[in-house]
Amino acid sequence: MSASLIFLIVVALAAVGFVLGRGRAMASAGGDIRNLHSLPSYYAFNVALSALVPALILLVVWLIAQPALIENRVQSMIPQDRYADRGELSLIMSDVRRVADGLDLAVERDALTREEASSIRTEFTDVRSRLADIGVALGSDVDRTTLTAAQRYRALNATGNAIRNALVILAALAGLGLSLWKTNHEFRARNSVEKVVMALLIGAASLAILTTVGIVLSLIFNTVEFFKLYPAMDFFFGTTWSPSFGGGSELGILPLFWGTFYISLIALAVAVPIGLFAAVYLSEYASPYVRGFAKPLLEVLAGIPTIVYGLFALLTVGPLLVSVFGEQGGLGWMQGGTAVMTAGLVMGIMLIPFVSSLSDDIINSVPQSMRDGSLGLGATKSETIRQVVLPAALPGIVGAVLLAASRAIGETMIVVLGAGAAARLSLNPFDAMTTVTAKIVSQLTGDADFASPEALVAFALGMTLFVITLALNVFALWIVRTYREQYE
Amino acid sequence: MYDSPNSEAKIGQKAIKISANKVQVYYGDTHAIKDVDVQIEDKTVTAFIGPSGCGKSTFLRCLNRMNDTIDICRVEGEILLDGEDIYDKRVDPVQLRAKVGMVFQKPNPFPKSIYDNIAYGPRIHGLARSKADLDDIVEKSLRRGAIWNEVKDRLHAPGTGLSGGQQQRLCIARAIATEPEVLLMDEPCSALDPIATGQVEELIDELRENFSVVIVTHSMQQAARVSQKTAFFHLGNLVEYGMTGQIFTNPNDPRTESYITGRIG
Repeated sequence: MSASLIFLIVVALAAVGFVLGRGRAMASAGGDIRNLHSLPSYYAFNVALSALVPALILLVVWLIAQPALIENRVQSMIPQDRYADRGELSLIMSDVRRVADGLDLAVERDALTREEASSIRTEFTDVRSRLADIGVALGSDVDRTTLTAAQRYRALNATGNAIRNALVILAALAGLGLSLWKTNHEFRARNSVEKVVMALLIGAASLAILTTVGIVLSLIFNTVEFFKLYPAMDFFFGTTWSPSFGGGSELGILPLFWGTFYISLIALAVAVPIGLFAAVYLSEYASPYVRGFAKPLLEVLAGIPTIVYGLFALLTVGPLLVSVFGEQGGLGWMQGGTAVMTAGLVMGIMLIPFVSSLSDDIINSVPQSMRDGSLGLGATKSETIRQVVLPAALPGIVGAVLLAASRAIGETMIVVLGAGAAARLSLNPFDAMTTVTAKIVSQLTGDADFASPEALVAFALGMTLFVITLALNVFALWIVRTYREQYE
Repeated sequence: MYDSPNSEAKIGQKAIKISANKVQVYYGDTHAIKDVDVQIEDKTVTAFIGPSGCGKSTFLRCLNRMNDTIDICRVEGEILLDGEDIYDKRVDPVQLRAKVGMVFQKPNPFPKSIYDNIAYGPRIHGLARSKADLDDIVEKSLRRGAIWNEVKDRLHAPGTGLSGGQQQRLCIARAIATEPEVLLMDEPCSALDPIATGQVEELIDELRENFSVVIVTHSMQQAARVSQKTAFFHLGNLVEYGMTGQIFTNPNDPRTESYITGRIG
């Protein structure tokens, strides 16, 4: 029986428990709901959950633990002299698994009987060709150790699965029986169901946090690897970026960092004023009717995938800028369509709804009494906005801008298509440049050797970027919290 | 409907500051104020009393055209300030509000320093010629708002950090700073404790020397304590208007009597 079948059985048991629990509760109350501590459905859910939860937890733990344990046992069967390091051992183990899977398949297709599969010997059978017949291709002939290990692997797996199946179903039955036994009209089913719900919520919250921790850890691990191969000083203060997989590459982050900073700066210079003015118009001047259709329209911008913005940069904005600032326009500042300015402008457009939507919410949260107070003193609408509403909303707006900045720093597609791929330190906004994110992509695409500094540098770049955006976000939150006006 | 000719003669000594004739207010289709006629005198405290939803706050907000900020609100009739119709097209509501200041139910200091809160109006209207001039206005307003002694050492601390009663006096001082002729107060003490209320009431009494004060209140004791004239509103109508003492001791209209004695509300 496979794990999914077991899962279905457990679910079926839970469904049975649901019906039984409800029936038993109703019976103990003499058919009158008013005699019950909780509503009948709570008793039903209590029994169903008691059958489901412990059994499923056991199943999941078993599914995680069993392969690791078996792997360990089988590994010890392979003689020490067969391998020199862990890499070779893991190659042998993958062979073992492949053969074991092949044997499984052979049994399934009736090419081998169950007994044959666990008793065949390399001395008498050409395992490789027999497996090839049923479509399992092996890289080399199967030697004796591998075959015995594979057979042992299968045997252990079969025993493990059998025990697992028995235990899981037993757990489900035990949970079912115990909770049914407890079910009577005085049992507080509502409280126990709510505890399970709370556990579910806690689980969801911790999963999100644990994932973040996992991502950070994987970054840190590879970053440390990188710094073992490449000096940190050269990485952080090097002014040249010229990776070459042949060796002798210079991996200085400064040109990439400058590109990121420059493009983000232009993007913010576009997005902040436009977004802010749009927010002021929408929240203070627009009639409810105009606001009703203008706001969703503006937010459509936020729903456009960034790759589409990238195309817009490549096909529309780039050529347009070249025709004005390039050779044809007479200025000759711009050599090609891909430039810091192209990517910055388009990224700015992408960020407008981000800034305007957040600022709009913040401006709306400034209490009407502030506006009344100012209007009541004979201030005009624009004086009120400039001198009362915006200062009151400023901390929130600064927070919104910083969040937009961290989006700009992390943006990739627009840069790849709009800014070019040349890592250079230049002040001319019409030069092609590139950013940290774009280079992470180019270092990891293609045949990357994960032991070389040229590939590992991507993780160091990612880590640096992560630290910077994290710092920005923390700073934004800190500003919002510290300077937020407490209105009653 | 009005008070007796006898009391009219006594109060007739003071000039009429605001005169409202046949004022109607509509919120969309709702007729919120019906046919209100009232003469508000200069250098007098006039109290508007009445049950919730009777239109007293709405009428108050008509007097400085704060209702203009509400889209669905429509005002008909005539309101004269010193003989000029404030709803005339030539009148700029912004200028009008500088002349007819307003203090709101909840203290609403701006999230600025105490100094900047007071200086806000004078700066907007260009009342100060120099920094020293502005300092003078701020000090004078805070003194008239009876809060100078409490804040003189921390003029640059945020106004939102004051206690509720101090905040409300700050707001009154802020309204005074623009040198208004009339001061409208919409339940200025409803968010304050009895001690702060006492301080604000004392202040209102002092303000009478320089301004015409109109106060909306739910507290009849407060109306009796601070006002010289009282208007009773009920269901959008002005039921009775007269000397405070007379309204509270010998009202002409049975509805006024019922309200004052707590039978309707």
